[in-house]
Amino acid sequence: MTGKTDTNIKQTFANIVTDYWIVLVFLGIYLVFVILEPLCLSLPFWGSTFNYMAEILILGVGVMFVVITAGIDLSIGPVEGAVGVAAGLTIRSLLPVVGNGWAIIAGSAVGLLLGLLIGFLNGIVITKLKLAPFIATLGMSVILTGTGYILNNGLEVVGLPRVMGKIGNFTIMGFMGFTTIIALFATVVFGVLLKQTRFGIHTYAYGSNAESAKRAGIDVDKHIIRVYMISSGMAALSGVLLVFRFNTGSPLAGANVTLYAIAACVIGGTSVMGGRGRMIGTFIGALIIAILVTGLVMLGVQTYWQQVSTGLIIIFAVYADQIRQKKALK
Amino acid sequence: MGEPILSVSGVYKSFGHVQALKNVSFTLNKGEVLGLVGDNGAGKSTFIKVLSGVHKKDGGSINYEGKEVDFASPKDAIAAGIETVYQDLALAPDLPIYSNMFLGREMVRPGLLGKLGFVDKQAMRDSVLTNITKLKATLNHVEQEVGTLSGGQRQSVAITRAVIWGKKVIIMDEPTAALGVEESAKVLDIVNEIKKHGITVIFISHTIPHVMEVSDRICVLRLGETVADLKTSETSYEEVVQFITGSKTQINRK
Ligand SMILES: Nc1ncnc2c1ncn2[C@@H]1O[C@H](COP(=O)(O)OP(=O)(O)OP(=O)(O)O)[C@@H](O)[C@H]1O
Ligand SMILES: [Mg+2]
Repeated sequence: MTGKTDTNIKQTFANIVTDYWIVLVFLGIYLVFVILEPLCLSLPFWGSTFNYMAEILILGVGVMFVVITAGIDLSIGPVEGAVGVAAGLTIRSLLPVVGNGWAIIAGSAVGLLLGLLIGFLNGIVITKLKLAPFIATLGMSVILTGTGYILNNGLEVVGLPRVMGKIGNFTIMGFMGFTTIIALFATVVFGVLLKQTRFGIHTYAYGSNAESAKRAGIDVDKHIIRVYMISSGMAALSGVLLVFRFNTGSPLAGANVTLYAIAACVIGGTSVMGGRGRMIGTFIGALIIAILVTGLVMLGVQTYWQQVSTGLIIIFAVYADQIRQKKALK
Repeated sequence: MGEPILSVSGVYKSFGHVQALKNVSFTLNKGEVLGLVGDNGAGKSTFIKVLSGVHKKDGGSINYEGKEVDFASPKDAIAAGIETVYQDLALAPDLPIYSNMFLGREMVRPGLLGKLGFVDKQAMRDSVLTNITKLKATLNHVEQEVGTLSGGQRQSVAITRAVIWGKKVIIMDEPTAALGVEESAKVLDIVNEIKKHGITVIFISHTIPHVMEVSDRICVLRLGETVADLKTSETSYEEVVQFITGSKTQINRK
């Protein structure tokens, strides 16, 4: 009774196309780039694409949990900035006392814990003060932007150990950077969390119908707090990694990425109405956004066109998804 | 017969200016079926939501298994062995049938993976399939998303879930509302079946003949008040309807 009674090959193929059509969109875009500029086939092209994708992907993986609960986290970009500055300052002040290694570890830990704390606060404001996620995280985002500047008088934190840059820009096989490796690892880990665990099921359930989740006996407040901690924690991870990559802690980091991360989720099929979304989709979404940048740069097109094209893809992807769902419900 | 499992007296509850419950009172013995009836807006759903921990009562007392209870959340009521089929069903439309049935108490894998919260999807599917077959529910694909089911099938999911988990009390708020004749008959069979296992049932319905058929007692609510608490064997369809419409009150019965 549970087995697929329909083994019709045509039907199966149609299912794959409807399920993974966004992969085809990606391949289509790539194909156009390759035809127009064969250098897009090169390893360095993929290297810079992955490099660009990594940050969006790490943020996207985290914020996706929030989006699936029908929430939103507008503070992820500012978390990156504030965490970067805080981590940088911690490292710099500990350097003379404990040496490079421990200072870097302590600074990274402070950054990550700060991220988790911010997520916890977001969660508390949303569940206990009952503010809409949009408002709560909008407020937090403005607070953090200010804090990022206050911490170091609006300046970048420089003078960090060189070795950080070495780690941050470490590359294997000529195209897989340190951040990319972590991003891919995080995608797999959180993909499994979402798909295979009670935590994942409860995330979908809450987004599908919050009241039903509560009536099923799920401690929804606790769950939501954890979801915002994941979102903010991943943003903090990204912030720390940026400090490694650029060897500075900049309050400007993360100024533009929040909406790109959410766009990656949405392009990949995560519904802002909640209850739906797959990790593979978010990965492809981030990849599409990244390849639009590197591809257009390769073609010598002004990068502003990348923003225009990303916007078009968002609208197109969500529209196509709506059509697909209407079909499924018929 | 039997020992009382639930004794409710003077429960009231208001939402702002709306006094939804004024005085709900009845007693119910273990293994009995209570038919809870009343006109639209009489307070039936509000009362069972108080009982299942969705709403907190403003006053009155609920004695369950000899203890005064005041459930703070659905979790507490579930832990006390009370399962509910809500009028709005309380399902998650984006999740498959089997996840809905195990929502909040998913089976986990053995060993370390289980401790980490990894679910055992196959075991859940199998268990749901067994129960669906046992209850003869017309659901044929446990992977199907609940949002794509027909209204009646959704109702089946909610009923099956309650029956699987109900240890002591099962509350059904209009479980046959979306069902056809045959399916409704199945639900009545299910009620009789769970009763045999010593489980207490509260059955809400506007279809009085159904209520007369399965219940041992009938409690009539009118404008948030218990106006009659009757033995089914000692009353009639006509009398119940008269209590519901208010053309008869407990006082002039005596
Ligand atoms: N959350 C709420 N906020 C405000 N008023 C409410 C709320 N829930 C119920 N009420 C009111 O309480 C009263 C009782 O409603 P309830 O849903 O319990 O009736 P019911 O007996 O279940 O009716 P029906 O047969 O139509 O399901 C109604 O007047 C309703 O409008
Ligand atoms: Mg009702």
